[in-house]
Amino acid sequence: MINLTIDHKPVVVSKGTTILKAASSIGIDIPTLCYMKLDDMNIENKPGGCRVCVVEVKGRRNLAPACCTEATEGMEINTHSIRAINARRTVVELILSDHPADCLICAKSGNCDLQNMATHLGIRKIHYQGEKSTYREDTSPAIIREINKCIMCRRCETMCNDVQTVGVLSAVNRGFQAVVAPAFEMNLDHSVCTYCGQCVAVCPTGALTEVDQTGAVIRALSNQTKTVIVQTAPAVRAALGEEFGMPAGTLVTGKMVSALRRLGFDYVFDTDFAADLTIMEEGTELLNRLSAFMEGDKNVKLPILTSCCPAWVKFFEHHFPELKDIPSTARSPQQMFGSIAKTYFADKIGVKRENLVVVSIMPCLAKKYESSRPEFSVNGNPDVDFALSTRELAHLINLGNIDFNSLPNEEFDQPLGESTGAAVIFGTTGGVIEAAVRTAYEIFTGKPLPRVDFEELRGMDGLRKATIDFNGTPIHIGIAHGLGNARKLLEDIEAGNSEFHAIEIMSCPGGCIGGGGQPYHHGDAEILKKRQRAIYSEDKNKTIRKSHENPYITKLYEEFLGAPMSEKAHQLLHTKYFDRS
Amino acid sequence: MVEYNMHILVCGGIGCKASESEHIKTNFADRLNKYGLADEIQVISTGCFGFCEKGPIVKILPDNTFYTRVTPDDVVEIVDEHIIKGRKLERLLYKDLKTKETVGDSKGMDFYKKQIRIALRNCGFIDPENIEEYIGRDGYAALGTCLSEKTPEDVIRMIKDSGLRGRGGGGFPTGLKWELTRKSVSDQKYVVCNADEGDPGAFMDRSILEGDPHSVLEAMAICGYCIGAAKGLVYIRAEYPLAIARLKIAINQAREYGLLGDDILGTGFNFDVEIRYGAGAFVCGEETALIHSMEGKRGEPTVKPPFPAEKGYNGKPTNVNNVETFSNIPVIINKGAAWFASIGTEKSKGTKVFALAGKINNVGLIEVPMGITLREIIYDIGGGIKDGREFKAVQTGGPSGGCLTKSFLDTPIDYDNLVAAGSMMGSGGMIVLDDSDCMVAIAKFYLEFTLDESCGKCTPCRIGNKRLHEILEKITNGNGELEDLNRLRMLSNVIKDTSLCGLGQTSPNPVLSTLDNFYDEYLAHVTTHKCLAGQCKALIHFKIDPEKCTGCTLCFRNCPVGAISGEKRSAHYIDQAICIKCGVCFEKCKFDAVLIA
Repeated sequence: MINLTIDHKPVVVSKGTTILKAASSIGIDIPTLCYMKLDDMNIENKPGGCRVCVVEVKGRRNLAPACCTEATEGMEINTHSIRAINARRTVVELILSDHPADCLICAKSGNCDLQNMATHLGIRKIHYQGEKSTYREDTSPAIIREINKCIMCRRCETMCNDVQTVGVLSAVNRGFQAVVAPAFEMNLDHSVCTYCGQCVAVCPTGALTEVDQTGAVIRALSNQTKTVIVQTAPAVRAALGEEFGMPAGTLVTGKMVSALRRLGFDYVFDTDFAADLTIMEEGTELLNRLSAFMEGDKNVKLPILTSCCPAWVKFFEHHFPELKDIPSTARSPQQMFGSIAKTYFADKIGVKRENLVVVSIMPCLAKKYESSRPEFSVNGNPDVDFALSTRELAHLINLGNIDFNSLPNEEFDQPLGESTGAAVIFGTTGGVIEAAVRTAYEIFTGKPLPRVDFEELRGMDGLRKATIDFNGTPIHIGIAHGLGNARKLLEDIEAGNSEFHAIEIMSCPGGCIGGGGQPYHHGDAEILKKRQRAIYSEDKNKTIRKSHENPYITKLYEEFLGAPMSEKAHQLLHTKYFDRS
Repeated sequence: MVEYNMHILVCGGIGCKASESEHIKTNFADRLNKYGLADEIQVISTGCFGFCEKGPIVKILPDNTFYTRVTPDDVVEIVDEHIIKGRKLERLLYKDLKTKETVGDSKGMDFYKKQIRIALRNCGFIDPENIEEYIGRDGYAALGTCLSEKTPEDVIRMIKDSGLRGRGGGGFPTGLKWELTRKSVSDQKYVVCNADEGDPGAFMDRSILEGDPHSVLEAMAICGYCIGAAKGLVYIRAEYPLAIARLKIAINQAREYGLLGDDILGTGFNFDVEIRYGAGAFVCGEETALIHSMEGKRGEPTVKPPFPAEKGYNGKPTNVNNVETFSNIPVIINKGAAWFASIGTEKSKGTKVFALAGKINNVGLIEVPMGITLREIIYDIGGGIKDGREFKAVQTGGPSGGCLTKSFLDTPIDYDNLVAAGSMMGSGGMIVLDDSDCMVAIAKFYLEFTLDESCGKCTPCRIGNKRLHEILEKITNGNGELEDLNRLRMLSNVIKDTSLCGLGQTSPNPVLSTLDNFYDEYLAHVTTHKCLAGQCKALIHFKIDPEKCTGCTLCFRNCPVGAISGEKRSAHYIDQAICIKCGVCFEKCKFDAVLIA
């Protein structure tokens, strides 16, 4: 153990503890800017670059960055000496001197770590003014890069390279011109970016934000000739409340429905309905492949991989195109919903496809990209017209002068609003495969599930595995969240070493609850865990918890699709993948 | 082996090569052939002699004749007069600056008299492309001694006892570094030679690699033996093509001779060296940045600890030393730690190579014992200030260093005294400034360099240096205010105090040391808006003294913008509205009639 004093307070810490952590253990909160750590997820950004956390260490020549300096025996640290305060303030002033001062109209205003830091330190004047960086703005289908606001914290780089292993964002140029950008400062849409949005999720400033489609949705809502319907993804209801000051993990399903109705959506539906549909298709596909495989069909490849996550789809299209016949061909719930809405439901209410506008509320930024993929449109009319993030929905609610907290709880509309507990858990890592197991088990064994909760599939570890006994047949299941973890499983498959029958992959750490479109977690991993708990509690409270028991799903097959994997289902609910290498 | 009676050494350093030294060499060979002397007189291309001011250099042994500024056309005369008739060619001999007399023997030249050449021992002496010449000068004897007679601990103790400190800038004790890397436990370790010389004007590492590459390879192998590494990597900037070429030749020759590779000298010790190229970023001289660059990552530093000795290249313990540091090693082994420690000062042992440049007569590369004074370097070795002007300051340590004024002329130069004087040893750049240099402009010049070379990772270096530079720009443009001087100092202190790596921690040094030593110049810039040295264009104008002007029209004819008017043989006049202050008139006037006001 190591003994030291911080601000004259003695503290004992274990070897390897940073000054920052040692200080926080005794209630001293040293400000940080670039530093970010998501506990238990093995995600840490610690470049020691911003120099905001510098502290004075007795006997040391220069100030020490608290985030990446280990405590040593006998250290005497002063975190708020005049030297440390002056340096910290000067460093923040320097950052502000190279930052557009457009806070009032910045997308990140109120959520900006730099703004908060300036407030925290009481910066009233910038003593060193000068030239400001000017970079071109870059707009992609999902993410906007306004790089004049980049402060080189490198959090996005950590997410893009270390966590996601996508490798699009990295520092380029030197000195004052140094900035985080794709190679050769190309645009994002010319890169292998998956639009997972994790860069946006961690960006401390307004340098990385989502493409804002709220205006387009308002225009559609006010257009009398359009019928506007909305679907909401499972993870949204577990996080939206945070935007209105509720504690993380507050479920706001009823209030959300109520708000959407007040905003003027003609029908408020649930992506969960489509998630149940996904299970029917994907589960059937899994069972077909599994049965054929077990019967010795050499043409059948296993494992089957989930395909709900658009960032993951784009990832394997770029990096593992030779494996593109392994993932399930089932479209994501968002796209299944759009497809069914613009055929089955449009017919039902007698509205022409072009007059039906489908809006989705997603925890995700890649959903914006996914909805724009040409294969998901008919004669130029997309199945999903607009994909808003959870944050954008909060903006819409504010624009609608709706006091969210006092809203009553309301129910989804039918028929595309009914869902099961299996669909709700799509919002968290492990949920899709658990939902699939609940249905596949009963179909495969012809017996009712002895238990509905599969704890062994749950958790926050980046890579998990479990074996589920399908009445004597062991089914090996792998789960990865974070594309870096997914890469490991894919490399095993490539090398022929994969032990799994089925693998669930979600791009974002924690799954959709940690998506790039969710309320900002500001580096607090506890928030993600609370959202996860909320999702499982919603599942538990549902009367129906298996997708194949959703009565409206049964009805949909009876009235329209026939059976899972039917020709019509293939046409409307399945897709193909492209080699983008 | 052929025994030669005479040796003609032609400088094959890159500077002299640029002045056709290759051509000089072939002309010698041709001429000697004509006399049938090819078997008696050897002509070789050597590494740099150091006396670059007077290159290309041709030295003739055994009588140490030192011919300067030789052209290919001079060769016939040198052979016919000197070689055949035995008469030294007076017109090409070095002329002493004080006595104005020619010096026939290089040992009599002031430039060399006070030098002790350890790191540069073979530069300008052997053919760097021939391993036998290196072996002939005790090359690889030290490696043999270490492998067959000494334990790694013995060798490390020797290096520690010698007092050798890192020559790349930091001055960290080399033996201690080796010991730390040795103590790190790992299946794999690396020896890295830092040849990413980046200080403006410094070229000692390049010269050593061009003139004596085997000395570095031998030292790396010794280091590998000591720390337990089988692999060495030389990180060299790609813009050193000649050094790279000679290093490659040396590596291949060493492998052929069994001095690199498996089972070296039959001792079972394996060690091999590979070359890694840098793209020429100053910050990659910082060891963590260098390691990241070698790993194929962006060349930017990371926080230490962990030090490379624990976690370096590919996460394995790595010992990084600079070229000059390595080149000292074999000599220390051969001659003993005590011998090495007898040279220098209490805490700085041995010699240091400096690249002498700026307003000095003898520009070049010199190796002097630690503890020598600036005065000896500038006035004895360097031959004094150019054009008889007055010494003002010398910038040591390159852009990370500071300037030393007249009051430091008699300070013994070593690591600690330089730091105490507000500068640093750095890699050994030494730029001499005279009274015509504006110190504010000099500080701005160095800052421009660091601004370009900062990796941009940490805030103070990325933005702070930019702001410092902007303030200096404001001052040299005549818009400075008294408050700016205060801001310069405050910001400089924060940058030093908060930057991540050595680059940012030292980048304000030129500003601070000029503020300390030449405050009056800064003050003049911001109060009376005058540049005392007459260098800052915005603060000066040129005018013609009608009393002195003879109306020769020379200025009128040379003015590029037609700002000068006047009749022949009558006083001329400069139109300030047109004048771009290029200073051509000032330089051209033979009557000192053009004045800087």
